[in-house]
Amino acid sequence: MTANIDYDRIEVGAELPAQTFPVTRAILVRYAGASGDFNPIHWNEAFARSVGLPDVIGHGMFTMAEAIRVVTDWVGDPGAVVEYGVRFTKPVVVPNDAVGAEIEVSATVAAKLEDRRVRIDLVAVSAGQKVLGRSRAVVQLA
Amino acid sequence: MPLDPSFIGRTYPPTAPYEVGREKIREFAEAIGDTNPVYTDAEAAKAFGHPDVIAPPTFPFLLTYRAADQVVNDPELGLDFSRVVHGDQRFSYVRPVRAGDRLTVTCTIDSIKSLAGNDVLSVRGDVRDESGEQVVTAEMMLVARAAEEG
Repeated sequence: MTANIDYDRIEVGAELPAQTFPVTRAILVRYAGASGDFNPIHWNEAFARSVGLPDVIGHGMFTMAEAIRVVTDWVGDPGAVVEYGVRFTKPVVVPNDAVGAEIEVSATVAAKLEDRRVRIDLVAVSAGQKVLGRSRAVVQLA
Repeated sequence: MPLDPSFIGRTYPPTAPYEVGREKIREFAEAIGDTNPVYTDAEAAKAFGHPDVIAPPTFPFLLTYRAADQVVNDPELGLDFSRVVHGDQRFSYVRPVRAGDRLTVTCTIDSIKSLAGNDVLSVRGDVRDESGEQVVTAEMMLVARAAEEG
């Protein structure tokens, strides 16, 4: 068994199911622990402000991890991801309330490549701003 | 002062092996809220042809980020880490990381550029398993913002 999506049935321009991911302070603390990235800009408001940020910001790598879920949920097998790259363009600002922030991720099949692979272009937005740029994945389809 | 371009191509010694634990993968998947069973259930992973549970695509950063400390803290290079931001990140996978892997990372400085007074440093981390086979390549761009005047 391989990826759940058949290369032959995919067209350029097809949209993957979009998803919205929550980011709260509690989620950031948990991610800090799991990833080992304890930079205080991701949990300490006073520190974040002292270095010129508007508030605590999410880890760029957390945003990157959420964004690819749109692809891995679609294809089934995360091992089908052959390449994945992003540029961190804007921070995800996470206020200290129960709501926090959201990351909205959409994805489009941008090109069909050789060897039954496709290039997926991703867009990640938080508070109306693009937080990832040049966000692309190459995925091996069945 | 801009970084010395003669450091381009410098390779650092491989890191000590990191053993990828099943529970560490579970912890990471839970932290990103991802319930895909291939991260926690060996049978689900096997259905896709993997020998054991696999790690999410961004998991290798745990290793490569630590490994890049060698570069970032290299006194000869002289990067001011207090001014550094993570500009971009890219992974190329030969296969997914999986439970039981013992992985080493070898860091290489791929490029050094100066753009509008900012130092832009690209560091590549080659992640290999115990047999020496490449598993994933991680490329990280770090931007050290120019020091403010006065």
